[in-house]
Amino acid sequence: MVSFNQLQKNLKKDFSDFKIIKVAILGDTATQFLTQALKGLGYVNEINLEIWEADFNQIERQVYDLTSELYEFNPEIVIVFQSSHKLLGKYNKIQPDQHLLFASNELDSIENMYSILSSNLEAKVIHYNYTEIDDSIYGNHANKTEFSFLFQLRKLNYKLMSLASNKPNLYLCDISSIQNQVGKLNFFQPSIYISTEMVLSIDVLPRVANKTMDLINALNGKFKKCIIIDLDNTTWGGIIGDDGIENIQIGSLGIGKAFSEFQSWIKKLKNRGIIIAVCSKNTEAVAKEPFETHPDMVLRMSDIAVFKANWENKADNIRQIQSILNIGFDSIVFIDDNPFERNIVRENIPEICVPELPEDPANYLEYLYELNLFETVSFSSEDTDRTKLYQIEAERVKVHQKFTNEDEFLKNLEMLSNVESFNKFNTPRIAQLSQRSNQFNLRTVRYTEVDIERISSSQDFVTFAYTLEDKFGDNGLVCVIILHKENEKTLFIDTWYMSCRVLKRGMENFVLNNIVRFANENGFVALRGEYLPTVKNAMVKDHYANLGFNKMESGFILKVKNYQDKKSYIKIKK
Amino acid sequence: MKRKDILFQINEIFIDTLDNEDVVIEEITRAIDVDEWDSLTHIMLVVAIEKNFKIRFTSKEILSWNNVGNMIDCILEKG
Repeated sequence: MVSFNQLQKNLKKDFSDFKIIKVAILGDTATQFLTQALKGLGYVNEINLEIWEADFNQIERQVYDLTSELYEFNPEIVIVFQSSHKLLGKYNKIQPDQHLLFASNELDSIENMYSILSSNLEAKVIHYNYTEIDDSIYGNHANKTEFSFLFQLRKLNYKLMSLASNKPNLYLCDISSIQNQVGKLNFFQPSIYISTEMVLSIDVLPRVANKTMDLINALNGKFKKCIIIDLDNTTWGGIIGDDGIENIQIGSLGIGKAFSEFQSWIKKLKNRGIIIAVCSKNTEAVAKEPFETHPDMVLRMSDIAVFKANWENKADNIRQIQSILNIGFDSIVFIDDNPFERNIVRENIPEICVPELPEDPANYLEYLYELNLFETVSFSSEDTDRTKLYQIEAERVKVHQKFTNEDEFLKNLEMLSNVESFNKFNTPRIAQLSQRSNQFNLRTVRYTEVDIERISSSQDFVTFAYTLEDKFGDNGLVCVIILHKENEKTLFIDTWYMSCRVLKRGMENFVLNNIVRFANENGFVALRGEYLPTVKNAMVKDHYANLGFNKMESGFILKVKNYQDKKSYIKIKK
Repeated sequence: MKRKDILFQINEIFIDTLDNEDVVIEEITRAIDVDEWDSLTHIMLVVAIEKNFKIRFTSKEILSWNNVGNMIDCILEKG
């Protein structure tokens, strides 16, 4: 991990090309170093964090005074860092008969603060949880004494998790787990705390900043979607081609345990919705055999979206995997025990994340846990089916190769789309797609579940969510439209994003036909579209021009009166 | 270790921590004499010196130094 000193040196570098994100930090201890660490880490992540830091111990004043600098600054993200030391101070001050209710009262005040923040700012709130302090008043007995400080602190952490799971814009940054990893002796330096009011040691600052940055990145739509794994000495011990299937190390004995546990971890990622692919230098049939027949394998062929085992260069294989999955290289993690292969991949595909796996397989998991590669800010039930979706896509690609005529192929797919307004069932998926659509996204305005609910209940907006299924399977909800009633005549296309897994199916035409029909039936004269370029959405640069919109000063305009339906083989699902 | 060697090492730490090649310190140098030496960078210097000499200062010591010479006294006591 980089040192605080290095992060600080980044502050002098040029941030001017990076995206600006406005962050407010409210702390009850000195946070200047944390601010510097975050800002410096922003450089590494190509983000220009514009940070406003509240004066020391001003949390309540800044939040409850609606004319405070906090509201004037108008941040996108508010970080609230209330330390365990101040928490202990509060606990010490109140009457002992109040100790039993301590955590509940604290939680009430946190909830209250959150609701004031969220009703007056369009910001996400990142709240740090509480690192454990055992004041050793009751010894082990604290664990069965509800009014002890340790009991109340753990209860507060637990209650915070329950609160956050019900508040879509409240995120917890788990600094308590950092203290568990590095130990309190390393997390907290008493001499520094006494002389400066800083509760984070210099050495732990980069870790706390990293954990915070993971959340900021995820909120910003930057997260990992796929993990590509090597096989020999990564997924199992030994070399399948030399040792044979009966001699690879896996299962409960000896070093095999390390590989089995690694596989279980990969399997859990797959169940969470991370795509698993294999890239191995092996003969395909030999490499597949353990997945099909070895009794101790945790991973099976059905867990793997794309399987590449051959003797070609790994960088080329990874490029092929990427093109099948149609996701950015920066959302892929590559795990390989061989430093040589890791370097080849890093050199050829710099965007990809290639962890420097430790030499001893026993250390694989602890090392990977610590990297926190798979941060996310949302989860929907659809995630669990993602592997299947990509396997179906691979099937479709095969069938497509049989048709020489594109129209014939599309007709043959027998595509159906369900068209609905936003509702409480599709809201989580809509919000999720809003966070993760980068390429086919015309304006890239990110909406959370709360935003989606607000939009769908407003009279000023018209919303459409589209699913797509065909004879091979169901892609689920793949496209979202938000129309803003700009005036009586014009509908502004506030949002148009689509999952890249349904490109080239004529979905754009189908959607346009659909919204033009709505416009005509409701007396609107024109649609107005806008393209806001980002690093990733060049694919839709000419989207509106291709669909027949006219480029005007105010954006792309389409008169709907004499509109001819565009060619589409998708039917509305009744 | 001689006072001179310690001073030399501390000077290197100042240069690295304050990110300023031109910093020259002597035993009589006080915080007020060095531009970047404020209450925050003081903490970074303390931690860096602790690491370098593999020692830990007490909070009283951290707050008590008037100049670099006092720091060196402290390091010598512990070494």
